[in-house]
Amino acid sequence: MSLLELETVTLKFGGLTAVDRLSFCVEEGEVFAIVGPNGAGKSTVFNLISRFYDPHEGAIRFDGHDLLRARPDAVASWGVARTFQNIELFDHATVLQNLLVGRHRHRRSNLLSEIFFTPSVRKAEIQNRHFVEEIIDFLDLQAYRDKMIAGLPYGVRKVVEVGRALATDPKLLLLDEPASGLSVEETTDMRWWIDDIRRQMGITVLMVEHDMGLVSGVSDRVLAMADGAKLALGTPAEVQSDPAVIEAYLGRAA
Amino acid sequence: MRIVFKTDYMQDIRPWKDGQQLTLYLLLLAAAIAAPWLLDVFFLGELTNVLIWAIAGLGLMVLTGHTGQASLGHAAFLAAGCYANIILMESGMPFMLAFPLAGILTGFAGAIIAIPALRLHGIYLAIFTLALSILVDDIIVLSDAWTGGVGGKFAPPVNVFGFEIERWGTPGAFYWLVLGVAVIVTLGYVNLLRAPLGRAFIAVRDSEVSAQAMGVNVARTKTISFGLSCAVTGWAGALMGLYAGAFNNETFSVVISIQLLMMIVIGGLGSIHGAYFGAIVIGFLPQFLSIAKEYVGAVFGGSSVAIPGLEFGIFGMILIAFILLEPMGIYGRWLKVRTWFELFPFYRKDMFKRQKSYLKTERLR
Ligand SMILES: Nc1ncnc2c1ncn2[C@@H]1O[C@H](COP(=O)(O)OP(=O)(O)O)[C@@H](O)[C@H]1O
Ligand SMILES: [Mg+2]
Repeated sequence: MSLLELETVTLKFGGLTAVDRLSFCVEEGEVFAIVGPNGAGKSTVFNLISRFYDPHEGAIRFDGHDLLRARPDAVASWGVARTFQNIELFDHATVLQNLLVGRHRHRRSNLLSEIFFTPSVRKAEIQNRHFVEEIIDFLDLQAYRDKMIAGLPYGVRKVVEVGRALATDPKLLLLDEPASGLSVEETTDMRWWIDDIRRQMGITVLMVEHDMGLVSGVSDRVLAMADGAKLALGTPAEVQSDPAVIEAYLGRAA
Repeated sequence: MRIVFKTDYMQDIRPWKDGQQLTLYLLLLAAAIAAPWLLDVFFLGELTNVLIWAIAGLGLMVLTGHTGQASLGHAAFLAAGCYANIILMESGMPFMLAFPLAGILTGFAGAIIAIPALRLHGIYLAIFTLALSILVDDIIVLSDAWTGGVGGKFAPPVNVFGFEIERWGTPGAFYWLVLGVAVIVTLGYVNLLRAPLGRAFIAVRDSEVSAQAMGVNVARTKTISFGLSCAVTGWAGALMGLYAGAFNNETFSVVISIQLLMMIVIGGLGSIHGAYFGAIVIGFLPQFLSIAKEYVGAVFGGSSVAIPGLEFGIFGMILIAFILLEPMGIYGRWLKVRTWFELFPFYRKDMFKRQKSYLKTERLR
């Protein structure tokens, strides 16, 4: 059984078929990349997994269960965390607060116990902090811990978003263009982090990425998409040499 | 230059940064408790008024400042709290029960109203709540069997732990009652902000999609925020009624709604301090203006002229100045001044300047 399975998933925006009878599986422990030209429907696949949209057709299963039963805010508690292509952080909060929001799915307290800040709330807060502090160390964010997001450089915000997703303690991490807009050094860091996320933390990674260097460096398998449908699926080398993929890229450029 | 060294997570979980800050707050509280011996009756009354506005401001701050849902209708909830408190007391319930219950009932009313409001964002929510405020004004007039209509109602003296408290008869005790409520609400608020729910409010305010992706139930979080906000506002309304002594629909007109929102914007959205700073401005502006008017009259001769709506107009101008020059409000300015002292002599002018960030429209899909 695969960790994530999409089966003939279709989503239409009006007349536009953004995802077209797409099927693929992500195995536990792998790094799986989705590539494709802009508008191919990659982010829409993520949004479907996040349950922001209901597919018109098809099934999505996570860990053997029907993910389409989950409400959008329940997806996180199933163990799926994500980042956004356009960075969706909580801009007027600190890095620490952002990461702590990632712990929300582990909340066991209620309104009253939090108003009185009971000892159990305090204990949970210390545990949350402990968890988040490990992520801060892992991603080298110590210098930014108490800084507001709004004032941070783009590259740092990108990393904070990965940290916030990790703070949920997920089984599956969805990264939407983790390296876009990053410098060469930052991209190299990201590459090693993704490697460590998979190897040390044992988290399965599904990512959308344009940087083919990064894709072939970290991913086990690659899915190439165009116009919402599958073009090719295989190892990075196989996909890069696939005639349909070359045609899709060059065809667009021409 | 002052540096706080941190060696323990509790230092971030505690509401105060260090011993120095705690001492400062405790001194402030001591001064507040001692106020009836320090101030004359007039200024004590003004201070009471400021505190009541601050409580109302804290109520609106939860919703607007922390959850990002603008409300132009909070006078409706001031009214609800005020009338609920008086009606419960008139039906024989002691104040010590009627008062908390009035706030809780207002909170439930707010949570129910939140359900249709959940689908609305920004300007539409503002219009919806504005309409609510106007509607409640009319409801008060129409249901005069309960509310006394335009004739209004009078607030009876209240009994707290066996003490008769009345705004004019025992101004000191009334002030302490208000101070007690303000302190309790503030402490609850501080606790919430350092707990998951407070962070969920901020998450919903700053990005609903990613709040959802982190497992925050956006609809439920907004509903709770509405409920809490309205409960606190209801308590402020109940105190406002007791403070005014007599009240009718005019006491809670839509102008009060607007004034309350302006107040927290001037004070600084998204901070507890902001509610207090804003209340101080709104509370002492009339005094300041009358002193200024006398001064102008004395300089230019002739009796001072009464200009209708002057106060509100000046308030509006202050608001515009703040939005243009200091969007973070008085609290934002205060942070800068404090940082200047703490970092002295290393403060840089651009310390609070934002890095150019990508506007949403500039980003690539
Ligand atoms: N919410 C939406 N409403 C309408 N069209 C959308 C929406 N989201 C995406 N699309 C369209 O669906 C197609 C796929 O978009 P997307 O998944 O963002 O592509 P990409 O592969 O670049 O991430 C594009 O043509 C885009 O314009
Ligand atoms: Mg995309």
